[in-house]
Amino acid sequence: MNEHYIWTVILVLGVGTYLIRFSFLGLIGGKDLPEWVLRHLRYTAVAVLPGLIAPLVLWPAATGGDVDPARLSAALVTFGIGLLTSNVIAAILCGGATLFGMIWVLGAY
Amino acid sequence: MSAGSEKSYYWAGFRMGMPFLLVVIPFGMLFGVVATEAGFTSFQTMAFSSVVFAGASQFAALQLMVEDAPILIVIVTALAVNLRMAMYSASLAVWLGEAPLWKRALIAYVNVDQSYAVSINRFEDEPHLTLSQRIAFFFGAVSPVCPMWVVATALGIWVGDAIPDWMALDFAVPICFLAIIAPMMRTLAHMLSAVTSIVLALLFAGLPYNLGLLIAALIAMMIGAQIEVWMTRKAGRAAS
Repeated sequence: MNEHYIWTVILVLGVGTYLIRFSFLGLIGGKDLPEWVLRHLRYTAVAVLPGLIAPLVLWPAATGGDVDPARLSAALVTFGIGLLTSNVIAAILCGGATLFGMIWVLGAY
Repeated sequence: MSAGSEKSYYWAGFRMGMPFLLVVIPFGMLFGVVATEAGFTSFQTMAFSSVVFAGASQFAALQLMVEDAPILIVIVTALAVNLRMAMYSASLAVWLGEAPLWKRALIAYVNVDQSYAVSINRFEDEPHLTLSQRIAFFFGAVSPVCPMWVVATALGIWVGDAIPDWMALDFAVPICFLAIIAPMMRTLAHMLSAVTSIVLALLFAGLPYNLGLLIAALIAMMIGAQIEVWMTRKAGRAAS
């Protein structure tokens, strides 16, 4: 990763993100947005983030890309608790506890 | 409009924003740790958090950069993560669109998930609020969270080296994201969109230029929107 690469990403991503945030606030006409566009925008977060995380969960770099029972069960617990309680902190804590518990039980380190 | 009531709305927003610190501080620290570990200098890491100012997309960009993805893919994917903010911008514009341009420019910069969610709930619950009360509430909700994102990043840079290997920090990012994604599964459309995203991202993992995630996300988005259309139609039929 060279310096040029890093700074280009920071600046272009920064400007692009700002323009997305400013878009309708800047143009005022938030009501004018067609319904089908809004409908697609509602799903951007759930369409991008799970796909980003899935390979990291299934093929973690820490085990050289092999499926790891400790990490997989930690992921399932985190997601399950998050789904049931909608409590982000509780989900993170339970997932972390599962990860450490499993690593300790399996003696992975 | 009296300044006193604006002040009270600012603090009402502030109180609503406080609980999000529990998420923002660890998440920001994690970014500081992971970015410096990936080879960013402290200055670059701080610039990243303060210029881009959008946690999920920062992690997404970082992940792809570590994999040496082409610059265009990094930017397009990370911007896709932030596209939802266009929706925030559109729905905030309904309530705050009359504010002077410089205020709207500032609102846009701090228009993050948490401040949006809290504010839009309040605006819809109390539609009689004046414009200045709404603005006060919005900036109140933002005040605890936004500066702390940058401060937490700095903390992460600072403690980074001190974190031992056994803490399996590599997995903190997936766990944080999973915890954030899970409560988003509000409807069948959201769930099927997420499942599509996962299945296709895994299937397309081998595509060149890390294009797989982008294609998976695009299709997942259309699936979610289409299922919403079907569900609404079905609900409409059932009601009539």
